[in-house]
Amino acid sequence: MSEQTASFINIGERTNVTGSARFKKLILNGDFDAALQVARQQVESGAQVIDINMDEAMLDSEAAMVRFLNLLAAEPDISRVPVMIDSSKWSVIEAGLKCVQGKSIVNSISLKEGEEIFLEHARKILRYGAAVVVMAFDEQGQADIANRKVEICERSYKLLTDVVGFPPEDIIFDPNIFAIATGIEEHNNYAIEFIEGTRRIRQLLPYAHVSGGVSNVSFSFRGNEPLRAAIHSVFLYHAIRAGMDMGIVNAGALTPYDDIPANLRELVEDVVLNRRPDATDRLLEAADQFKAGAAKDTVDLSWREKPVRERISHALVHGITEFIDEDTEEARKLSPRPLDVIEGPLMDGMNVVGDLFGAGKMFLPQVVKSARVMKKAVGYLLPFIEEEKLNSGEEQQAKGKILMATVKGDVHDIGKNIVGVVLQCNNYDVVDLGVMVPAAKILETAKTEKCDVIGLSGLITPSLDEMVYVASEMQRLGMDLPLLIGGATTSRVHTAVKIDPSYKNAVVYVPDASRAVGVVGNLLSETAREGYAADVKREYREMREKHGRSKRTGPRQTLAGARANKAKLDWASYQPPKPSFLGVRAFDDYDLAELAERIDWTPFFQSWELAGKFPAILDDAVVGEAARPLYADAQAMLKKLIAEKRLKARGAIGFWPANAIGDDIAIYSDEARKEQVAVNHTLRQQMLRDNGRPNFALSDYIAPKETGVADYLGGFAVNAGIGVDEIVAEFKAQKDDYNAILVSALADRLAEAFAERLHERVRTEFWGYAQDEHLSNDDLIAEKYRGIRPAPGYPACPDHTEKTTLFRLLDAESNAGLELTESMAMYPGAAVSGFYFSHPDAAYFGVGRIERDQVEDYAVRKGMEVREVERWLAPNLNYDPSEVASENAA
Amino acid sequence: MSLREQRRALLDELARTRVIILDGAMGTMIQRHKLTEKDFRGTRFVDHEIDLQGNNDLLTITRPDVIKGIHRQYLEAGADIIETNTFNSTTISQAEYKLEHLAYELNFEGARLAREAADEVAEETGSPRFVAGAIGPTSRTASISPDVNNPGYRNVTFDELREAYREAARGLIEGGSDILIVETIFDTLNAKAGLFGVQELFDELGVELPIMISGTITDLSGRTLSGQTTEAFWNSVKHVKPFSIGLNCAFGADQMRPYVAELSRVADTLVSAYPNAGLPNEFGQYDEEPETTGGHLHNWGKDGLVNIVGGCCGTTPGHIRAIAERVHGLSPREIPVRDKKLRLSGLEAFEAQA
Repeated sequence: MSEQTASFINIGERTNVTGSARFKKLILNGDFDAALQVARQQVESGAQVIDINMDEAMLDSEAAMVRFLNLLAAEPDISRVPVMIDSSKWSVIEAGLKCVQGKSIVNSISLKEGEEIFLEHARKILRYGAAVVVMAFDEQGQADIANRKVEICERSYKLLTDVVGFPPEDIIFDPNIFAIATGIEEHNNYAIEFIEGTRRIRQLLPYAHVSGGVSNVSFSFRGNEPLRAAIHSVFLYHAIRAGMDMGIVNAGALTPYDDIPANLRELVEDVVLNRRPDATDRLLEAADQFKAGAAKDTVDLSWREKPVRERISHALVHGITEFIDEDTEEARKLSPRPLDVIEGPLMDGMNVVGDLFGAGKMFLPQVVKSARVMKKAVGYLLPFIEEEKLNSGEEQQAKGKILMATVKGDVHDIGKNIVGVVLQCNNYDVVDLGVMVPAAKILETAKTEKCDVIGLSGLITPSLDEMVYVASEMQRLGMDLPLLIGGATTSRVHTAVKIDPSYKNAVVYVPDASRAVGVVGNLLSETAREGYAADVKREYREMREKHGRSKRTGPRQTLAGARANKAKLDWASYQPPKPSFLGVRAFDDYDLAELAERIDWTPFFQSWELAGKFPAILDDAVVGEAARPLYADAQAMLKKLIAEKRLKARGAIGFWPANAIGDDIAIYSDEARKEQVAVNHTLRQQMLRDNGRPNFALSDYIAPKETGVADYLGGFAVNAGIGVDEIVAEFKAQKDDYNAILVSALADRLAEAFAERLHERVRTEFWGYAQDEHLSNDDLIAEKYRGIRPAPGYPACPDHTEKTTLFRLLDAESNAGLELTESMAMYPGAAVSGFYFSHPDAAYFGVGRIERDQVEDYAVRKGMEVREVERWLAPNLNYDPSEVASENAA
Repeated sequence: MSLREQRRALLDELARTRVIILDGAMGTMIQRHKLTEKDFRGTRFVDHEIDLQGNNDLLTITRPDVIKGIHRQYLEAGADIIETNTFNSTTISQAEYKLEHLAYELNFEGARLAREAADEVAEETGSPRFVAGAIGPTSRTASISPDVNNPGYRNVTFDELREAYREAARGLIEGGSDILIVETIFDTLNAKAGLFGVQELFDELGVELPIMISGTITDLSGRTLSGQTTEAFWNSVKHVKPFSIGLNCAFGADQMRPYVAELSRVADTLVSAYPNAGLPNEFGQYDEEPETTGGHLHNWGKDGLVNIVGGCCGTTPGHIRAIAERVHGLSPREIPVRDKKLRLSGLEAFEAQA
């Protein structure tokens, strides 16, 4: 805004039960944790003082004030700012004053009940060591016109300074902001009276300040928040010029005066300044068109006119990198030290971003773009900081250091990278060890790098065991760092039941990036961490107990019973289609343009934590604004990747003669079915059926050997991740996490599209059983076709180890450039593999929980130890292997 | 001019002309006497139900010879102001020895004994000596919960502290103190409550003593135990218009200097500092030599940071002598004139721009 507004003191208004319905509800419900969060958000969004008001008839206001202030004292990130103790009841004010070690402001006292009480309260406030807000209110009532405001304030000032000895600089006048445009003619001049009164008070009464509750002025326009914001902005613009130097405002929601469209500004100004008799009517007429959503989408560069601090903040909030170097340089020249630019304008801007994100007003793609701007600015400053460090020997202090790693055997890292970026945005150092990181390396690095928290990520089920292992190693080594658990395969229940008991210190499940900051903040808060960790431990212990009681999903079918209820397909009258070739065909350098058209975009948006179906998500009222630019960026990036041929897709498909033998599928090299080259072991559902539905296994879809019917099984493995690591590394080197994550996410989608496209060609071309299939992309996504392509590790065949068979058959390593890790993750991660089944009745299903009889049977078929099968199928067991082991021992 | 007014005028005159010398540690000196439970009990507390060894303040009553002797040693070493032996003489702290009923007496006797020693040495040397009635922080905190699982809980209230300080101050004033010193403040809310009580007492008694306020920075990030920065601490207590503001304890002079410098910049009153004799060694003993401490404080004086200096834990009459010698002849810090601005605080200081 302007230099005058730079010294304007923002007093946060949201921790006020009379002004915020949400805060009132939280306090009435006793949810003080969430209420503290409101206070924190205000401080984070720039409130320099927070106003606290508990005046509510349903409440023991004194007790609520004391409790809130005592809790606030334990939150250093909130209690770093002074508080304004706001009540119309003296007893509440006095109770509040007894809780604050800092110098606070009392809001308010007045001459309403005469001089005696006024003086008594003022003396006490001085003795308690607080500043005071004095309302322009006397025995006659509240002052509405400028003359009365000035007269009462002058009288109060004299009493305070001459009689009480109150320091004049500690006096703040509130000359009453009243609602304008109420339809009552006398009210039309209220803003003018305030502004004029303010001007004279500041001239007449040295060192005293003027404040007010700004949102009162627009009270008539309740419900039209954009219009109210414009009125506040115009009102403040004029009041600040007249000398108003503080105000109770919603710190995060002020529209800059210059951002108000000129036509609206004029209408609002007419009302605020009471410039024409029909001003209110004209504004009311226009009001609707300024309601939320009517904002239009044009590139507006007017923000370039503002002071550099605000330009930096604007660039961060809007994710604009274009001018950040020049703005950073300008800020650097204005600052004594380069570090001041980071700690000042840049962190201030990121705090606004953090607040908007926390409040659900910004979304991940936007935050990651903000981080890109931040990193670019920091990158620009680094040489200057290094130089200064050499001269002074000082180190910059981050809030903490977080080690992030995708565990051994797992290669997925998009979610982990997003969490890393969000943490960095919040001034944490992040040490990212990447993917497939062994436990020993994680723990050693945590020590040598002096990390404060370890964060583990994983996508595939075997990673869960690896996380338990890391936790138990931390316990063995006597470490005390908190452990964060995240990733697609993890869950709160798994963390509570399996990981938490392995480590006596804090273990916390983090469901998504937006939670990470809060969790880490709590874990590293000197005052809050022990309580927080204890709360989580308790919650997980309760969850374990509950889980222990409910874990069995009810009685299961025996394996024999389930087999008797298998899906009985009519093989006698069915002739399986024969593929156009037998054996393997490789696709080297598959056309990416062909795949790009077939991308299923909905999961792409999910990976950015944007919920909604594509393409409706682009017009979504809540996330649309975030989704549209992300989609545009993704399309541009796809074009670039295709044009530059930096990314390569390779894949292989194969068809083999096959027949079912029990729950296994025997795979042959020759049509005569003499030479069995492999066996695909399938698992059967064991839930009790009373609805006539079969207990499925995938082998049901292949003709049993005894029928003599010649059937076939297909397989595929595709890889769209060749070159991704290099491109991602380049972006990361340019401190551009946004594009790094964008490329990884697109590669994942291209791999899925590749699998979808090959399946389509298999149906219409290579296997050829659906040559006249004509399906739209939506129909494909909705799986409206014949045949299925289940993937090992997914619900129909949960055993990841079946990938080894598939990879051997396809020679996926040389034909598709894919490797399997020890946890059976495919590397590169942008890969899909699975089996093809062609039977028209074949449908996806979930195996669900299985019993020990099937596990024992399956172990024999696979030639594995029961224990090993139990480890791979842990999420599918309907029993606790440790209990069975101890029963057997007993 | 009353006697009290005369002494105040002398004190102000002293502050204008030179750096004032405060005494050193009482506890360290008491230890040298290797006193036993019997000494602590004396004849009066022979039958007290719990052990009294370690209740140093009680020695004012049971071994006044020892305490007065220590006072004299400090005065002879060059201390202008001696502190009464009353650091733990509040009802709250004495409750740990089940002697809360003695609070007034301990403070009164502590002040009387110090007064005696000060007046004797003033007479002998011809230079005025002053008694500062000392009130420690108590063992409780008004703005920190003792229970990590219940951050909103407090084991002492503002009003309890206010009352305890008021009672202690009454004894100190009536026993003959020239000054009150509220010291070793690790929770500013305790001090604010105490100062509130003291001011109420001033109103009641119709006297007003100069107040010295001394906080304790407990860690190298420069914060009090309750989390305030030095400047925030000053903003919280400056309404009392204290005679001096300063820091003591926790640090040796070396570590304390930046925070003294900060106070020196922001406080428009006298600044005091009485650090420990360095940091404790592996046996918990302070072994900084008097010359070292004296050297540090000499530099502070030379750089215009301080008006009042002395010693805290581990310091001895030897240290005070060294300090007095090394600051001799240095000009006291000039009190800065600060713009009138609204200055508030939470854990951190806030200053309005206009």
